[in-house]
Amino acid sequence: MKIQWPSLSHFVKWSKKNWEIPVFTMLALAPWFYPALAGGLGGQMTSVLIICIAALGLNVMVGFTGFLHLGIASFFGLGGLFLAILTVPMNPLEIGFLPAVFVSVGLTAAIGTLLGSPTLRLRGEYLAIVTLGFGEVVRVLFLNLENVTGGTQGLGPIPPPGSGIFVTGIDLGREFVVDSRWFYYLSLIALFVVVLLVRVLEKSALGRAWIAVREEPLAAATIGISATKVRLSAFTIAAAIAGLAGCLSVASIGTTGDPNAFGFNRSVAILCAVIIGGLGSIPGTLVGVTILFGFDIVVIPSVDSWMQRIQGQVFDVSLFTLGSWRLALVGIALIVVMRFRPIGLIPSRRFAAEFQESKQ
Amino acid sequence: MDVASFLQQCGIGITSGGFLGLIAVGYTLVYGTVGLIHFAHGDVVMLGGCLSLAILSFLVPVPVDPLTGCLVVVLAAACSGLFCGCLNICIDQFVYRPLRNAPPLSPLVSTIGVSFVLMNVGLIWIGPTDRAFPEIFLETTRSVGGFSIAMADLLVLVIVVPAVLCLYVLLRQTRFGRSLRSIAAITRVTARSGEAGKLVIATFFLSGFLGGVASVAAGVHATTINYQMGHQMGLYALTAAVLGGIGSVPGAIVGGLIVGLIRAISVAFLGPRWAIASVFLVLIIFLAFRPQGIFGKSKTRGGQR
Repeated sequence: MKIQWPSLSHFVKWSKKNWEIPVFTMLALAPWFYPALAGGLGGQMTSVLIICIAALGLNVMVGFTGFLHLGIASFFGLGGLFLAILTVPMNPLEIGFLPAVFVSVGLTAAIGTLLGSPTLRLRGEYLAIVTLGFGEVVRVLFLNLENVTGGTQGLGPIPPPGSGIFVTGIDLGREFVVDSRWFYYLSLIALFVVVLLVRVLEKSALGRAWIAVREEPLAAATIGISATKVRLSAFTIAAAIAGLAGCLSVASIGTTGDPNAFGFNRSVAILCAVIIGGLGSIPGTLVGVTILFGFDIVVIPSVDSWMQRIQGQVFDVSLFTLGSWRLALVGIALIVVMRFRPIGLIPSRRFAAEFQESKQ
Repeated sequence: MDVASFLQQCGIGITSGGFLGLIAVGYTLVYGTVGLIHFAHGDVVMLGGCLSLAILSFLVPVPVDPLTGCLVVVLAAACSGLFCGCLNICIDQFVYRPLRNAPPLSPLVSTIGVSFVLMNVGLIWIGPTDRAFPEIFLETTRSVGGFSIAMADLLVLVIVVPAVLCLYVLLRQTRFGRSLRSIAAITRVTARSGEAGKLVIATFFLSGFLGGVASVAAGVHATTINYQMGHQMGLYALTAAVLGGIGSVPGAIVGGLIVGLIRAISVAFLGPRWAIASVFLVLIIFLAFRPQGIFGKSKTRGGQR
């Protein structure tokens, strides 16, 4: 009897279908191969993973239902704010980390529903401006309601998850503060769960309804799909996922930080990451965020600190810090990617096929 | 707050609403022809402001009498209008034209990319801090019948009112205006050349020209400019365009006036830190009741997405 041993091409084929398993295995093993992740780099990687989660939420709205959403960062910020209000020692609630995450995700989703129900009958561009406006209103409220949100200082300190829980004599909360690998794993697990969730949703009846409403709203209506309800569900799910990402973000930083980080700029950056990765594609979203935010959060600080070190030894490079050219570099990258791959780096198969069809 | 100071705030609102309206026309014209929200428009305006700052500080290093001042400012507005128009054409030809047939959200990302690049150019040009616009007049205010009118506001009107009148004549009385309005009413242009392609070039020039003119007014009104000015004014102007019904030119002007009024009144009553929130709150509530804006077409008409 001849046994067919798995070859490399089998593996490639298999991993194209189930790309999550090799990718997440590699990410999970990374701290062993690269111990520096316990320090500052681990924290930067964690923030990239967290933004991946928010971007997946945005992908549900923009990629699946085709509606432009320009305020995802405000839901990110709201999730974080709720978590902070529920957990900081200065407030009387002080509930544990996990229940606080559940409550804040629920509240963020509720706010998404409240905003979505009167506005989701708007046409695309109008809805985009409403989400943009909502984002700015939330940012201004964060800045100005100082006794609730802490204003520009942000609300803190947020106790790390697991504080007060002792496992074999070790305080888990202290471990979270000392070693950034804990948050790395926490975000990785959350990202994995969200990836699976979005994947299941995409294949479910609801996910197919999203796409039906995007492609042919009239045809979808004739088979009994209510466009507004379907869009509202996508809007709410996007808000909830972004809220989860916000919870993780503020917990890993320890405070809600400057509210300007939840403004239009962050929303637009996440949207760009989703589109250059490929609309409606989960691996595309992850790649887009990794490129855009990896450049912003990981590459620029390390290149600049390296330049600081050689500065003075070789020549004066103060004008040439990468930070002062950051905007132009990101902008040119966005233009070039869209010029040569208008459907994104890893487009979903349906989206690519539709683009081919419309070109002919 | 008494009636006189309320009226004074309204005056400030209308002058700032005037140039916001001109910028909003830029958004609405581009949207009407190529169906694109041109996110870089605010930053084009910001670069126009940088150029007019350079021109004005070269021509009027010391304050001058009103007539010369007006002439110099109109000259600066024309120069910066030409510059912004040409810049807009270049952006369109090099960045957006190859993407006319791309999926609808792809050119949007390109506009955001262009916006980042232009903002960085502004940062290198005028630096990271606020730059003061030169004082143009010897006297800063003049009192007419109990109201003190800032000369800067008068100057804004001197720039904005002729621009709006020219725009009206151009769109209503010329062949170019007729074809522009008809094409905006029917469909979005995907052609890259030919008559429709020329129309797109003209649209981008007009939108940039109005933005450049408005940038001088904005600089005179705010007395300072910085490299993030375009971002903020772009948000206000985009709101104005949407409030008026995106794609409609009179809607953009009216929307600009409304946004200017709301902003000025909320600055006076609630303080400047609530201004942007109150503008957007009014927009959201308004759109919940009238989803197509003031002059917008309802969703069944026209081929726009």
